[in-house]
Amino acid sequence: MSLGLLEEFGPERIRDTPLSESAFVGAGIGAALGGMRPIVEIMTVNFSLLALDQIVNNAATLLYMSGGQFNVPLVIRMTTGAGRQLAAQHSHSLEGWYAHIPGLRLLAPATLEDARGMLWPALCDPDPVLIFEHGALYNAEGELPDDAGEVDITSAAVRRTGGDVTIVAYGGTLRTALSAADQLEGRGVSAEVIDLRCLRPLDDATILSSVARTHRAVVVDEGWRSGSLSAEVSARITEGAFYDLDAPVARVCGAEVPMPYAKHLEDEATPQVADVVAAVEQMGA
Amino acid sequence: MNEAGRGAVHLLDEMVRIRRFEERCVELYSASAIRGFLHLAIGEEACAVGVMQALTADDAVVSTYREHGHALARGIGMRAVMAELEGKVEGASLGRGGSMHIFDAATRFYGGNAIVGGGLPLAVGLALADHLQGRARVTACFFGDGAVAEGEFHESMNLAALWHLPVLFCCENNLYAMGTALATAQSETDLSRKASSYRVPAWQVDGMDVLAVAAAARSATESVPSGGGPHFLELRTYRFRAHSMYDPDRYRDKEEIEHWKERDPIPALAEALTAAGILAEGELEAMEAAAAAEVEDAVAFAEAGTLEPVADLERFVTSGAPIPAGAPDPESAPDPESAPDPESAPDPEGASR
Repeated sequence: MSLGLLEEFGPERIRDTPLSESAFVGAGIGAALGGMRPIVEIMTVNFSLLALDQIVNNAATLLYMSGGQFNVPLVIRMTTGAGRQLAAQHSHSLEGWYAHIPGLRLLAPATLEDARGMLWPALCDPDPVLIFEHGALYNAEGELPDDAGEVDITSAAVRRTGGDVTIVAYGGTLRTALSAADQLEGRGVSAEVIDLRCLRPLDDATILSSVARTHRAVVVDEGWRSGSLSAEVSARITEGAFYDLDAPVARVCGAEVPMPYAKHLEDEATPQVADVVAAVEQMGA
Repeated sequence: MNEAGRGAVHLLDEMVRIRRFEERCVELYSASAIRGFLHLAIGEEACAVGVMQALTADDAVVSTYREHGHALARGIGMRAVMAELEGKVEGASLGRGGSMHIFDAATRFYGGNAIVGGGLPLAVGLALADHLQGRARVTACFFGDGAVAEGEFHESMNLAALWHLPVLFCCENNLYAMGTALATAQSETDLSRKASSYRVPAWQVDGMDVLAVAAAARSATESVPSGGGPHFLELRTYRFRAHSMYDPDRYRDKEEIEHWKERDPIPALAEALTAAGILAEGELEAMEAAAAAEVEDAVAFAEAGTLEPVADLERFVTSGAPIPAGAPDPESAPDPESAPDPESAPDPEGASR
């Protein structure tokens, strides 16, 4: 995660920490209050629960509670998601919980460009930004153009255009959605794929304008269905584009179980390409 | 009167102001002018006043939900504090925080934190920022004995010691975490030993003696300009009233409370100063009258205050400052010198997120 940074920037700026999630996240908040622009790396979203108090009760509230006096320009990175057989304490997709919290900006890069280009604007943001990096994407390889720079961190992206159905995905599920769209094309169904990119605030406009054209929507979310980000996206489509829909919004979510270790069970618990294809076909697209 | 004498009179005056302020808060609470939780520090004034004597204007303070004394002793105007308690927009936090969440950028007062132990990591981070930017400052962090049972206490002590950061940890040990007595909550009731175990220099101080607290705080902060690390003060004190206005206070003996009241820091100092010929006859009464007048002025200010417009409900959820459109060179590291001044308020027209 920090390969080469220590050598380049030295131990004052690249700090190894004790396993004290609450203290080092809180120290990041304090340092941000003190005029720094810290990046705190928490390893996994499951570990971030040990720092939940600092993130929710301090980072997200201080600006508001202080009547606008103290903003917290902090970036927190963490791994999320399953796919690496790490079982039930390293594999969950809890970003939906954080998406509930006013005062936070949540980013989920799904491409190499976003993984690199989101960091600078996140650092420029005057308020806390949480970046959720899906663990299964860390080994993705590709070439970035020499002039690759910052990317927009406020909007969703249409990753593939299509006219028959909108598939909404983010982070680790973008690849699943794109593969499903490829298969659907072979069956004569033209799927549009939206990458949410920014999980809070949600870019409703991009989603709704797509649904207004395709009249169908499937939301793919590795998180559990109940009280999830997929539920929020589904609700917003229902609120904002109900009369555009030709079928109820469908969701393909993680199974509501603690993530199992065995590969076949982990696959069964997470959205697969075939699940997305099936969901689209069931809506009569 | 010599300088030390004048200084001691000032400390007495500060304690009298805080005492009168909080006594008036009780009346205002009964009259429903103040609502929510109200945690009073009556009896504990020497801790707040003593510690603040060691701080300069550049230093920072992190406080708790029992913070009126800290806020007033730090120099936040009594009007702004009272208006905050009454939920008025003229309050220190625009009336959004109330008694538990007073913030003030001008005095680097980073708020009352109402999660026990929640402020300690912030103090470590504020001190880290000072260390990285080469500023000889200290961050004073107040918390109670209850916080010592929280993981954040231990994590923060360790981190501050490990990184040698200038945090003055001020534990106001009033012997009760809400209704839970120290011995019921702590396997080791000598709290300074916990700090010592992290190699943080620790002092046990009579928290009812403002001169002792001030002296200890000065000693503890002396090493800051030369890169001294964290220090820990266990301020042994007592709250004369219940945990909050909701607390029936059934867990303490009347005798115990009376015993501590005999050690009330205000008459104790007044008597000592009178005996030493520093405080003239009638001076304490004049001080009390002036404090009462200041409190009444603050109450009048608060009651004449206005309510934040409902239209501003979502203001300051985020700063609303635009993401810079011009592409800064991503290769260049953010320069701490050009980092925004934390004391400058973000765009007041901030949009909500």
